[in-house]
Amino acid sequence: MTDAAAAPYFEGILIAGTSLIGDCDGAVYWPQERLLAVADLHFEKGSSFAQRGVLLPPYDTAATLARLGRLIMRYAPRAVIALGDSFHDGGGPDRLGDADRTQLRALQAGRDWIWITGNHDPEPAKNIGGDFGGALVIGSLIFRHIPQGENGEIAGHLHPVARVSHRGRAVSRRCFAADATRMVMPAFGVYAGGLNVRDAAFADVFGTLDFTAHMLGDGRLYAFAARHCRPD
Amino acid sequence: MTLVEHSRDILPEQFARWFAQRGWRPRVHQLELLAKAEAGKSALLIAPTGAGKTLAGFLPTLVEIAQRGAPSRKLQSTGRAVTRSQGLHTLYISPLKALAVDIARNLEAPVREMGLPVRLETRTGDTPASKRQRQRRDPPDILLTTPEQLALLLASADAPFLFGTLRRVVLDELHSLVTSKRGDLLSLDLARLFALAPQITTVGLSATVAEPDDLRCFLVPQPLSGIAMADMVVAEGGARPDVAMLDTQALLPWAGHSARHALHEIYDLVRGHKTTLIFVNTRSQAEFLFQEMWRINDDNLSIALHHGSLAVAQRRKVEDAMAAGKLRAVVCTSSLDLGVDWGDVDLVINVGAPKGSSRLMQRIGRANHRLDEPSRAVLVPSNRFEVLECEAALEAIADNAQDTPPLRTGALDVLAQHILGRACGEPFLCDELYAEVRAAAPYADLTRADFDAAVDFVATGGYALKAYERFAKIKQGKDGRWRITHPRVAQRYRLNVGTIVEADMLKVRLVRSKRTGQQVPRGGRVLGEVEEYFIEMLTPGDTFVFAGQILKYETIVENEVYVSRSTATDPKVPAYEGGKFPLSTYLAARVRAILADSKAWRALPDQVREWLEIQEWRSLIPPAGDLLIETFPRAAKHYLICYPFEGRLAHQTLGMLLTRRLERAGMKPLGFVANEYALAVWGVGDMQVRLQKGLLSLGDLFNEDMLGDDLEEWLAESALMKRTFRTNAIIAGLIERRYPGEEKTRRQLTISTDLVYDVLRKHQPDHLLLRAARADAATGLLDIKRLGEMLSRIKGRIVHKALDHVSPLSVPVLLEIGRETVYGEASDELLREAADDLIKEAMQ
Repeated sequence: MTDAAAAPYFEGILIAGTSLIGDCDGAVYWPQERLLAVADLHFEKGSSFAQRGVLLPPYDTAATLARLGRLIMRYAPRAVIALGDSFHDGGGPDRLGDADRTQLRALQAGRDWIWITGNHDPEPAKNIGGDFGGALVIGSLIFRHIPQGENGEIAGHLHPVARVSHRGRAVSRRCFAADATRMVMPAFGVYAGGLNVRDAAFADVFGTLDFTAHMLGDGRLYAFAARHCRPD
Repeated sequence: MTLVEHSRDILPEQFARWFAQRGWRPRVHQLELLAKAEAGKSALLIAPTGAGKTLAGFLPTLVEIAQRGAPSRKLQSTGRAVTRSQGLHTLYISPLKALAVDIARNLEAPVREMGLPVRLETRTGDTPASKRQRQRRDPPDILLTTPEQLALLLASADAPFLFGTLRRVVLDELHSLVTSKRGDLLSLDLARLFALAPQITTVGLSATVAEPDDLRCFLVPQPLSGIAMADMVVAEGGARPDVAMLDTQALLPWAGHSARHALHEIYDLVRGHKTTLIFVNTRSQAEFLFQEMWRINDDNLSIALHHGSLAVAQRRKVEDAMAAGKLRAVVCTSSLDLGVDWGDVDLVINVGAPKGSSRLMQRIGRANHRLDEPSRAVLVPSNRFEVLECEAALEAIADNAQDTPPLRTGALDVLAQHILGRACGEPFLCDELYAEVRAAAPYADLTRADFDAAVDFVATGGYALKAYERFAKIKQGKDGRWRITHPRVAQRYRLNVGTIVEADMLKVRLVRSKRTGQQVPRGGRVLGEVEEYFIEMLTPGDTFVFAGQILKYETIVENEVYVSRSTATDPKVPAYEGGKFPLSTYLAARVRAILADSKAWRALPDQVREWLEIQEWRSLIPPAGDLLIETFPRAAKHYLICYPFEGRLAHQTLGMLLTRRLERAGMKPLGFVANEYALAVWGVGDMQVRLQKGLLSLGDLFNEDMLGDDLEEWLAESALMKRTFRTNAIIAGLIERRYPGEEKTRRQLTISTDLVYDVLRKHQPDHLLLRAARADAATGLLDIKRLGEMLSRIKGRIVHKALDHVSPLSVPVLLEIGRETVYGEASDELLREAADDLIKEAMQ
């Protein structure tokens, strides 16, 4: 990307010959298709805990939607794909607050919206707009929830986090885990936890440690070879 | 007729005879307490250990029960309507489970010998369920328990039945209880008891404190305006303690806390006495000293070890052996600050910094419990600065100056826990509960708004966004009363009651170092346990000191940390030392005064005096109210050292904030290290030149405004603040405690409180839990309050000394670089070489 310096938000990542923009807010934008992809929104995780008696602050859905809104403002995508686990549990869509529901509708207006199903939300929900699917193939790319290591795959599920240390101090951030042929996207929801990219689950996807962790920084991504990242 | 004459009259014949048979005479304060009880007054007894405090506290109860006669019949609990003439008479609350058990044992003697119709029982976490149930149905006359157990008893529907007959509450070691959140919890439970049983009086037993009035307020319900206080009885002080500093013949170390230099001298002291208590400040020091003592224990003296990480059974064994007079010495931590009186201790040795004068005096009081003989104690400083601190403590003891902290303002997270507990018991009305809570001294100033916020928090989380009404834990009924919405809520409350939140610990296992690309080998020996938050700061390959050796961190496997032996000579990572008491403000001021007054140096050992004289010659000695700042280059880095004497925690916070400012000033700071007395910051930029050219201002750097935006920014990401928040979240009941063995499954169900902290901070910065966390940070791990007081004190009083190399005064803190450890400083030998170089450089 020759204009990366002028537009500090994003960075080009080439997956299976397709040029994507990795946004430091944790989303992927495909300029050619005007398509925005986010993974693991985990909407209503707060209220999911609340119904079990753990009254976490109920601001998670609104905070996650606000971040998503910023991205949609930024790219004005023709389509948005949520790569599964969009809701923390099956009851999530019903618990969605009025303001959040309105906000979600506003974001969906005028564009395609695809909910890929995930392990947390395997059933299509009725009242949240959009279309549903188990996976979506566009050109050389396939969008799905659980990564299978396939060529051209853009997946979520694993919540990659990378950890690097410098001068004796360690920094941990969410990241895109990617090699030339596939990518695991960072979790987008504010309450979503993380899994270190050095965990065996990533080796299963990439086969080796020859992949890159694009860590989400303040205004830019920072790329580190996975083998240089620290395990937990 | 004087009070005492009168009270001698009120001591029944039976009791007078018993005293006489034992060859005792009732002590004046024991009779005075009896008179207070007869007059229906609550009272605070201030007495040194060995003054017969416990018997004094229970004497009124024993007398009353003796006069009342044997219980007539048993009654079953059917709720509030049942009125009984007899039932639970006295409740005894102790900070330690073991103490409650011991006191019960000690009371059995007079009860048996006088043939009193008294049933006394303990109730602790170890009490079997069947016995607990029976105790509710058919309570004993005297119940000995802990604040947590009391909270549990109160959070049940039959609390009015159980406590309706109560006459007296005895609070032991009150000075220790009131300084923590347990004291907050206890004060609220006490307020509940005052409401359930208005007839009760209280007896507080306490060591000498700086502000006895605070404790007197704690003991009685506070009126809506003004204050109420219990009466006070002060036992006559015993003989003045005989305290000295060890006049060591060895070279005094510059830093570290091992006191290895004085090992043989300590051993000789033990040999010369019947029974010695050796107090140290941390568990690792206890372990270290214990092992070293046995290494030179040619006489095979029975020396034991006692600290909080040891298994309960092992601690009890040591305590029993001690009570039986079988031990010559016990190396112990604050785990023995409180507890049973042992008559036979004839020497207390305090190794390391005394930290506070009251604390030290209480420890010294553990020796020689016969009041007419002086307690004998020896202070063993483990490094040069500690010599100054010991000297300051000796002066404070001579002046009998106390420095116990002032009464706490009741914490909001504890209030939330109490409110939930109340709802688990009898449904409550807000107006009534608010009035009840304000009767507790720590909560006397609680605003209605804060109270309502706490109720709202308990009910639905206290969020501005009202999203959780349907998940409410407590709800208001048509009668206006709040009650729990589901029995499950009460179950969870019972599992999470209490204010002690232990750090999550991980086992440390020694393995062979991993070769590149290979799996870390399993197996190996367990070296001990370490706080999880410490390991989270590390990255594999980092080195740190643990169990007396330098170790390399390899990885975490489930709940174990794998480490290997390291060949490094400098451990890379320092650690926050939890659980250490900071130097008291009072002693700190005394230390500064000694330092500033060269005449006072005459009392110091030659080596220390010489050290200070060279400092005076090479740099300068700061006047008592001033802050000395030294700058010098060393090994291609530039150092800035300051000497606030405000304790490690306040210095760490200062270090965090100062490095931010230096970063902004382009000084490229690389790190900092703090000890109790000083802070050292180093970086790439030449701070000295910038200061001399007026491009950098110390007045600006150390300006109080660092507690504004800089602090805010740091708090947003501070791991310490997040740890504080986690504790608040657990105490307040937002999230649940983790229990050993449940980790694996629960980890998937728990959410990182760090994420919650971030979201809450952004969306509702005035939320109850964040306010609670801030209040804790002010005095807890971040000690912001003390730092603020220091910054204000030194305004316009900063003295800068530009040096061309290391100053003598800075050596101790520089030696801390890379050597602060989790559990202690056992790596002294390894570091000595590095230390010698520094010292040579400084003293030239």
